Amino acid sequence: MSRTIPARRARPDAALLPHRKNSLSLRLRRISRAWQLYVLLAPAVVYILVFKYWPMYGVQIAFKNYNPADGFTDSPWVGLTHFIRFVNSYQFGQVVGNTLWIAVLGLLLAFPIPIILALLVNQLQSERFKKFTQTVLYSPAFISTVVVVGIMFVILSPRSGLVNNAIQLAGGEPIFFMGSAEWFRPIYVVSDVWQNAGFSMIVYLAALAAIDPALHDAAKVDGASKLQRIRHIDLPGIMPVVTILFILAIGNLLNVGFEKALLMQTPLNLSTSEIIQTYVYHAGLQQAQFSYSAAIGLFNSVLNLALLLVFNTIARRANQATLW
Amino acid sequence: MSLTTNPRTTDSPKQTVSPTRRPPLTLRDRYGDRVFNIAAITILLLSILAVVYPLYFIVIASVSDPNAVYEGKVWLFPSGITTEGYERIFADSRIWNGLGNTVIYTVLGTAVSVTTILFGAYALSRKDMPGRKILMLLFVITMFFDGGLITKYLVVRDLGMLDTVWAVVLPGAVGVWNLIIARSFFEHTIPNELREAAQMDGATDFKFFFQMVLPLSKPLIMLMIMVHVVAHWNSFFDALIFLNDDSKYPLQLVLRNILIQSDVSSTGTTGGDIESYAAAQRIAELTKYAMIVVSSLPLMIALPFMQKHFTKGAMIGAVK
Repeated sequence: MSRTIPARRARPDAALLPHRKNSLSLRLRRISRAWQLYVLLAPAVVYILVFKYWPMYGVQIAFKNYNPADGFTDSPWVGLTHFIRFVNSYQFGQVVGNTLWIAVLGLLLAFPIPIILALLVNQLQSERFKKFTQTVLYSPAFISTVVVVGIMFVILSPRSGLVNNAIQLAGGEPIFFMGSAEWFRPIYVVSDVWQNAGFSMIVYLAALAAIDPALHDAAKVDGASKLQRIRHIDLPGIMPVVTILFILAIGNLLNVGFEKALLMQTPLNLSTSEIIQTYVYHAGLQQAQFSYSAAIGLFNSVLNLALLLVFNTIARRANQATLW
Repeated sequence: MSLTTNPRTTDSPKQTVSPTRRPPLTLRDRYGDRVFNIAAITILLLSILAVVYPLYFIVIASVSDPNAVYEGKVWLFPSGITTEGYERIFADSRIWNGLGNTVIYTVLGTAVSVTTILFGAYALSRKDMPGRKILMLLFVITMFFDGGLITKYLVVRDLGMLDTVWAVVLPGAVGVWNLIIARSFFEHTIPNELREAAQMDGATDFKFFFQMVLPLSKPLIMLMIMVHVVAHWNSFFDALIFLNDDSKYPLQLVLRNILIQSDVSSTGTTGGDIESYAAAQRIAELTKYAMIVVSSLPLMIALPFMQKHFTKGAMIGAVK
C-alpha cells in the first residue's frame, strides 16, 4: 500500500521548512493549535483508557491471587498456577472442544451462506423483489438474542412446540431439543444462520453493487452464462471484502455467540453447551474465582489473537487483501 | 426439479420475442440461465419462508386458544381467538418496569455513545491533528485484544458503578468499529477545502464542527442513533452481570427470566391439582408467545424506516 505518499502530501508546510531545529517549536504550535480537536477526542480516549486499558492492565491478576483489598497491582504473584490448574482440570478438554466445535461449525455454515445469498439476490432482475428479499432476510437481525432463544424454547418445546407437533404428525416421537446435549450444536448453528445470514449479506451486496456493470455487459456479449459471470466477475470482485471479513471472523472465532450459548444452556445440555466464555462466567462471576477465570479468559484472548495473526499472514502470502 | 411444471419456463419464449422485457445486450436466451433463474428464485423463496414462518407462527399462536396450540391444531391460521396472553402481559408489572428501565437506558446510552463517537471520530478524521495515527492505534488495538469479562467486572465494581444506570450505559459505550465507520464518513464527505475556507473566515474547530460538519452528517447521525437504539433495546448481558436489584432490570432481562428460565410466579397459579397446573402451564406458554410479539414489534415496525440507513452504513463499512 502506498500509505506514506498521501500522508506526506497532507503536510506541505513541514516540507517547506528550511531548518530542522524549528520543527520542534512548529510541532508544539501545531499541537496547541489543534487543542479543540483534542477536547472533542477526550471523552472517547477517557472511555477506552477506563473501560478497555484498565481491564487490560488488570489482566495481570491471571498470574496472581487477586484479592480486592490489594487490587490489581499488589495481589500476590503466583505465576502460571491458574493456567496449569485449568489445563489439568477435567473441564479443559470439554470446554475447549465445545468452543472449537461451535466456532468451526458456525464458520463453515454461517460464513459462506450470506455470500451465496448475496450472489443470488444480486442476480434478481426485479428491483422490487430484490428489496423485499433483502428486507425479509435481514429482519431477524433486529430480534434480540433473548427473544431468539425464547423462540427456540417455545417452538422446540417437547410438550407443545411447533416442531414436535410436526414430528408427531409425521408419526415420530417428540424430542426434548433444549434438554439434550446432541441437539445443542445444530440448534445453535442453524439459529445463527437464521438470525444473521441476511444481515451479513448486505455487506456483500454493497460490494457487488460496486462492480462495474460494463464487465457484465461485455461478458454477456461474449455469451457468458449467469453462472460463468458469477464465477469470473462477481466472485473475484467481492474477494477482497470476503477475505477481510473472513480474517475478522477468524479473529472473533472464539468470542461470538457467547451470550446465546449462555441463554441456551440448560442443566441437561451442559456437556456440549459449556464453552470457554460461559465457563469464565460461571467460575468467575458466579463462584467469584476471579484470578482463575481471568486466566481462562486470557487464554481465550491469546488464542484468538494468534488465530488472527496466522490467518492475516496467510492472506498476505496469498496476495489477498489484509487487515494491515 | 421438473422444468415443465414451472409456469416461468412456459412464458420465457415470449420474453425473447419482446425486446422491452430483457436487457438489449442478451443475444440469446440461454437454457442454463433459465435453470439458474429458477433455482435462484426457488432458493430465495425457501429462505424467505424459513425466516418468516416461525415468526408468523409465533404471532398466530399468541392469539390462539392455548389448547389448540398444545394439540398441534394451529398451523396457518389462529384458532379460537383469545387476547388473554396480551392481557396478562399488560397486567404484569415486571414487564412495565422493565420497559421503563429499557427506555431510560436506551435514551441515555444512545446519547452518550453517539456524542462520544461523533466527537472522537471527527477529531480522528482530521489529518492535520498531530498524533492522529498513534491515537487511532490506541483504539484499534482494543478491537483485537481485550481484558476480558472478569477484569471488566472488577473495574466497574471498583468504580462503584454496580447496580447503577452507569453500569449499563458506560462499559460498552464506544464501539471501535462504529468509530471507524464514522471516521471514514467524515473523511469522505467533508472536503478539506470547506474547512480551509471556514478557517480563512475565522471559524474555530468547534464552530466548524458544530455548524458545518454536524449538519452535513445527518445520515451518519441517523445511522449511529439507530445502531445504538437497537443495541440497547436488545442487550441483556451487561445488565445481567452488573445489576443485582431486579427493579432495575431492563426488559430483555425480565424477558429472559420469564421466557427462558420459565419464571411463572406471577403469570399463573402454580398451586392446586395437576389439571389446573397444566392449564396454568398452557396459559404461561400463551403469554410467552405474546411476549415475544410485544417485545419485538417496536423494532419490526421501525425496520422499513431504518433499512435505508443500515444499508448505507454497511456500505460505509465496506468502503473502509
